[in-house]
Amino acid sequence: MSKTVLVVDDSASMRMMIGHTLAQAGFTVLEGGNGQEGLDRLTGKKVDLIITDLNMPVMDGIQFISGVRAKREYKFTPVLMLTTESQGEKKQAAKAAGATGWLTKPFNPEQMLAVIAKVLP
Amino acid sequence: MDLDLSRFSQSFFEEAAENAATIESSLLELERSGGDRECLHRIFRAAHSIKGGSGTFGLDALQHFTHAMESLLDRLREGTMATTPELVGLLFRACDGLRRLLQAATAGDLSDAGTAPLLRELLATAAPIEIEPPAAVPDSGELSRPLERRRRVYDIRFVPDQGIFQRGLDPVLLLRDLAALGAMQKCEVQLRGLPPLAEVDPEVCYIGWQLELSTESDESAVRDIFSFVEDTSQIEVSERPTAGSAAVAAPSDAARGGASGLAHATSSAAATAEQLAAPTAGLPAAAPATSGTGGRVPPTKAAAATLRVSVEKLDELVNLVGELVIAQSVISHALEEGTNADALARMREAVAEMERHTRELQERVLSVRMVPIGTVFNRFQRLVRDLGQQCGKRITLHIAGEETEMDKGIVEQIADPLTHLIRNAIDHGLETPSDRLATSKHEVGTLRLTASHQGGSVVIEVADDGRGIDWQRVRDKGVARGLLQPGASVTEEQLRELLFAPGFSTAAAVTDISGRGVGMDVVRRNVDALSGTLTMTSELGKGTRVRIKLPLTLAIVDGLTLRVGSRVFVLPLLAVVESFRPSREQLKTVLGSGEVVRVRSEPIPLARLYALLGLVPDQVDPCKALVVVVEAGSSKLGLLVDEIVSQGQVVVKSLETHYRKVDGIMGATILGDGQVGLILDIEALARRSAVDSLERSGAPLGPQALGRGSDIWQGVTHDGA
Repeated sequence: MSKTVLVVDDSASMRMMIGHTLAQAGFTVLEGGNGQEGLDRLTGKKVDLIITDLNMPVMDGIQFISGVRAKREYKFTPVLMLTTESQGEKKQAAKAAGATGWLTKPFNPEQMLAVIAKVLP
Repeated sequence: MDLDLSRFSQSFFEEAAENAATIESSLLELERSGGDRECLHRIFRAAHSIKGGSGTFGLDALQHFTHAMESLLDRLREGTMATTPELVGLLFRACDGLRRLLQAATAGDLSDAGTAPLLRELLATAAPIEIEPPAAVPDSGELSRPLERRRRVYDIRFVPDQGIFQRGLDPVLLLRDLAALGAMQKCEVQLRGLPPLAEVDPEVCYIGWQLELSTESDESAVRDIFSFVEDTSQIEVSERPTAGSAAVAAPSDAARGGASGLAHATSSAAATAEQLAAPTAGLPAAAPATSGTGGRVPPTKAAAATLRVSVEKLDELVNLVGELVIAQSVISHALEEGTNADALARMREAVAEMERHTRELQERVLSVRMVPIGTVFNRFQRLVRDLGQQCGKRITLHIAGEETEMDKGIVEQIADPLTHLIRNAIDHGLETPSDRLATSKHEVGTLRLTASHQGGSVVIEVADDGRGIDWQRVRDKGVARGLLQPGASVTEEQLRELLFAPGFSTAAAVTDISGRGVGMDVVRRNVDALSGTLTMTSELGKGTRVRIKLPLTLAIVDGLTLRVGSRVFVLPLLAVVESFRPSREQLKTVLGSGEVVRVRSEPIPLARLYALLGLVPDQVDPCKALVVVVEAGSSKLGLLVDEIVSQGQVVVKSLETHYRKVDGIMGATILGDGQVGLILDIEALARRSAVDSLERSGAPLGPQALGRGSDIWQGVTHDGA
């Protein structure tokens, strides 16, 4: 059974790019345009990995990660955040909220899949 | 992995354009606020977002450029550099450069679009001592890594923090990845931290590992495995000395670091300058070199116009279509059952339902095309700033009603006329600070740009508090140009019309500035093309106000259906003021301006529609026909028609695509009974009517003499057949 990844980013092109790469690599992809939409997607179904941006309207990535960890079913689900070299503080806050790791933008599909492989069994 | 990212590039470019707009508007705010930090953050985020995407899509030039912008912005954010006007100016130019790069990239041109000098300036400003080119490939360090393949043995101690599970990470995965680097010769579990079983919390990690790894990878590759946990876990990695290798391997990193450090320290000013130039010189060459990395955007065709629609709106549409399908199936069913009363009743109900849904669907579909006019308004902040600086004038632009929504097509096409009007206002309307002070005005001029909904239309106003228009000089100029007869009595309205005459330079007439000769006639034509009206009021010394009234959309018109003889026409309701049957006393023929009909003591020129269009009417006598008063620009016109048939929405079909452009007709529609109705272009009719009456009164004819209308019928009849 294919693994399911939830991609949360307010940038549609980013979601499409990531989603497409994941779909090509055989993942099932769910999408959310901000943290709230991301949480709405987590309805108890199996989700193997969550990828989220940090800067988003409505609900940012850090609140979203805290929300994910507060749900019993997703307490241990790997969460990768999309960051940049310049987001040191945010990165720390996200890790404190329960982020597993990060993907530094810009990245290409190969780099992304390599990082994903690090956190998936 | 071979990936075609081109299909995502369209939305990337859209986002990037939005981000560029954000940068610009925030820069303006930054300039006003004198270095507001939140503005800087916003600019940084926008530049950053473009950089991220451009890297992904292989747009190297764009990535380098935004990286340089980011570096500079970072210095400003940190406060290590002050936000000076010069720097803001540089950032403005950088924003323009960014737009050029985006434009080029959208058209498939991956060059630096002439931004190399700007990039150099940005880099030099951001980091006068930073001499390394921007990191195009994040792990470019790989190239300088020693090529030697040597097997080494590492002792690794790894004690994860207790909360590692709660961050979704399984430490066993790290062991798996380590093992993949080579051979795990030893793997010892350390249980020292493990509490008695009764106290064990299964969600806490109590254990650690002592490992021995034999691998050809270097230490950084080993440490890389732990990158997600390095700051929370205890990690010790040490290379076990093997005979003869220790001296070479271990210090290699330090040696490289030291050497480059030395290079930094000794680089002379000349060398720095040379190296500063290096990265940009290398850019064009670098672009094709990295083309193998996937993600490159292939040259795209001319960008197709797209529109972003919220999922909510789309869902509503899908719902409505669903309802329509249901109603339709009810009708089909009822039809099969034949004509019994019950089936008929159900059919009638379904048709009523369908009608309701169709109307709603129409509204919703149109609302999809609606965008806020702010997208256009906001770009004028920059224009006003730049023009003001150019002319040495101080101007504040007030914007209101930017959330007013209208058809995307109209919003896009209104930008040009508005730009003309704003240029005019700054160039000719507003005075220099000293002039303003001399007339006891505030030295900072005010320009107001407002939009609002008024009934079924949108009204946009451009108003300044400048010197206003000197009508006497307009008049003199009109006489000089032979457009007015000396000594003839002219109304202010007629003078106003002069401003819209082709080639009539407002600059020469109204101000002494030798202007660009911005033609108001062009502005009026553009507004006309959008079925809008334009009026202008001006008071000497107080300012000028231009008012543009536009329909919400061009796809559907609220219309008044009229009949002249055997033909049916539609008048845009927006322009209709009133209609009535005139009495004999209301009608007059005025020398020099033809027939007029007097409405509440206001004389309105009367145009016999049948005469203008070459038709045979039922009634030639105005007292037996009807007059429909319409607004045409700043003046009114009474149209003589036989009958008003109905009022309602009609769908506009382009006459041009089915036949050809016909002056006086803005489009056609299919009426309820299947007839073709022509939609009248009131502005054009008013112009034609004016020409006709001038012709009759022997005044000189304008250069734009209009053709007779009779040839329209051939086209329409042909089209309708």
